[in-house]
Amino acid sequence: MPLYAERPPLPSEDKRWRIVNGTMRKHGYSRNALIETLHTVQSSFGFLDEPSIRFVAKSLRVPLSQAYGVVTFYHFFSLKPPGKHTCTICTGTACYIKGSEKLVAQAEKLLHIHPGMTTPDGEVSLTTARCVGACGRAPVVLLDGELSGQIEAAELTQQLERWTMQ
Amino acid sequence: MNVEELHEIAAAAVEEREKFDYEINVCMGTGCLSQHSDKVKAAIEKEAEGSGKKCHVRRTGCMGLCAAGPLVLMEPSEKRYGHVHEADAKDVVASLGGEPVARLDPHLGGYFDGQTHVVLENSGHIDPEKIDEYIARGGYEALLKALTDMSPASVIEQIAKAGLRGRGGGGYPTGLKWDTVAKVKGTQKYVICNGDEGDPGAFMDRSVLESDPQRVIEGMAIAAYAIGATKGFIYVRAEYPLAVQRLTVALREARRRGFLGNGICETTFNFDIDIRLGAGAFVCGEETALIASIEGKRGTPRPRPPYPAVSGLWGDPTLINNVETFANVAPIIRHGGEWFAAMGTARSKGTKVFALTGKIQRTGLVEVPMGMTLRQIIFGIGGGVPDGRKFKAVQTGGPSGGCLPEEHLDLSISYDALISAGSMMGSGGMIVMDDTSCMVSVARFFMEFCMTESCGKCVPCRAGTVQMFELLTKITKGGATHRDLDRLTELCEVVGATSLCGLGQTAPNPVLSTLRYFKHEYLAHIEEKRCPAGVCDLSGATVDAARGEVHA
Repeated sequence: MPLYAERPPLPSEDKRWRIVNGTMRKHGYSRNALIETLHTVQSSFGFLDEPSIRFVAKSLRVPLSQAYGVVTFYHFFSLKPPGKHTCTICTGTACYIKGSEKLVAQAEKLLHIHPGMTTPDGEVSLTTARCVGACGRAPVVLLDGELSGQIEAAELTQQLERWTMQ
Repeated sequence: MNVEELHEIAAAAVEEREKFDYEINVCMGTGCLSQHSDKVKAAIEKEAEGSGKKCHVRRTGCMGLCAAGPLVLMEPSEKRYGHVHEADAKDVVASLGGEPVARLDPHLGGYFDGQTHVVLENSGHIDPEKIDEYIARGGYEALLKALTDMSPASVIEQIAKAGLRGRGGGGYPTGLKWDTVAKVKGTQKYVICNGDEGDPGAFMDRSVLESDPQRVIEGMAIAAYAIGATKGFIYVRAEYPLAVQRLTVALREARRRGFLGNGICETTFNFDIDIRLGAGAFVCGEETALIASIEGKRGTPRPRPPYPAVSGLWGDPTLINNVETFANVAPIIRHGGEWFAAMGTARSKGTKVFALTGKIQRTGLVEVPMGMTLRQIIFGIGGGVPDGRKFKAVQTGGPSGGCLPEEHLDLSISYDALISAGSMMGSGGMIVMDDTSCMVSVARFFMEFCMTESCGKCVPCRAGTVQMFELLTKITKGGATHRDLDRLTELCEVVGATSLCGLGQTAPNPVLSTLRYFKHEYLAHIEEKRCPAGVCDLSGATVDAARGEVHA
């Protein structure tokens, strides 16, 4: 019996699954492509949910426990869908020395959520990062993935209010 | 590809450059890009076209002085401009062949004096996505020299003679490491480049990968030839999207030019490299954890020995070096080990790239010969502490390092000197703090980092970091007693001595070094319920003097 017969069908008609499948094919459906594949799922869908983890685990013949273990071990993977906008505050050492704690407190106060959470209306996700490597511009905030350096609390407030007011 | 062809490519690239009278290099590293240097470049290009001057506008990697970004370097005048915005394009182009624009002077001070660029020699001068520009500056000469004129053993000999030590932090002699892997028998060997730059406050690896990725590829290929490997991996943090993108292009270009693949440079040497993305785990900078991560598993370290040199990726002999270490290889082979060994101190050779950040006038990347003093770097190159504040400490080595006070400013930088002062080289982050930083809070910050980044495999690290964090929190809130301080010191010893990997073993360092140099701050929190820097809120604490107890 050919090997590919064991592989599960794509979870849905969604074209993004073909991209995921492409990554696995590129690595010859090898077990060590697990992290690479999960990266593709997250970049395509924005997060990892149970069906997608099951699909990847089965396709690569990795125990579901191992796949789930990997997903929860690495900070980069998220099990929850992100909000419409994301605000990531860098809390690396250089940013910490330049007062990133105040930025986090400010964002928490404005959005009424803690880092790692999304506002109930699904508008804004607040996260912190362990150094994005732009320490020369500390303190640094990533707004919808775009890096803003030497940011002041007032600037951050303005941006967050623009998102929440919409 | 042979030497003649390489020289032809270089000559063609030089000829291409000579068509122009002027060159304007625009920094497009992460720091400057965040200030829209891409738009600046487009504006300058448009302006240059209309001006009728023969001028080439080039995208380059990091120019170092992030504080004054977006940066522009004019050639041949070698004039640098800082804080250049779209509106300045006209003046920048107009200044070609004339007087420089005074208002765009980046106030370099002594920033580039005293720096020696080996790793960063091409950064800011070449387009990182164009392999021919790298070749025009002597790129891949070293690989060709190694493959055609040198035996693997003589390559290792040169690296050993150079005295190069691992730039990722540990400082293990690179030549010795290569020699060990070369001597292990095995049909399949691997070369891994550790680009999981997890130390917060360090960004030299990101910068090298973004500015001069070919240099790392060449270094890896030379290493593969020396140890007999045919397959390589570069493990990069997913937080560095630009580095990943430039590296992907660079690998494709290197394959196109025949520096990767089968039968490299008309020899029987085969080697290719794949990229593996990290997924946000600091512990993956530890070599055995990194290997587990490449294998698609949770990044937990395992006991050593066996070392990866004997049993690494999929159980095969594996060489792991840091990005900056590989970046030093090509120049060593090109100029010889003795040239490299002439720089630096007796036991720490060559140069080191530092990321100068925090409360300092001129933040950015600097590359200096080993042996330079902290004072020269911080006050000479970096311009000292801004806003008239007082220097308090410099933190080196990331979460594994320590904080050094003013009396150590004349310490000359080397692996051994930093360790004896209670810190370490680490990957080269140098974070300057002024008198507004509370050292207990800084220690707590690092402990929180180690606590959340602990992989959870061994108990001392998993549980110990939590307890140390709690104790430090108690101190910053004013609820701690002398007994708590004793317990903290005791835990530092236990966690350091019994943890499985480097993360746990060095997690107490920030606490130990601040206790060593700033004990009075700990005591002020405990005895006087006062934070000397005015950072901690101790208002909730009261001292029951009669019973000698504290309530928070």
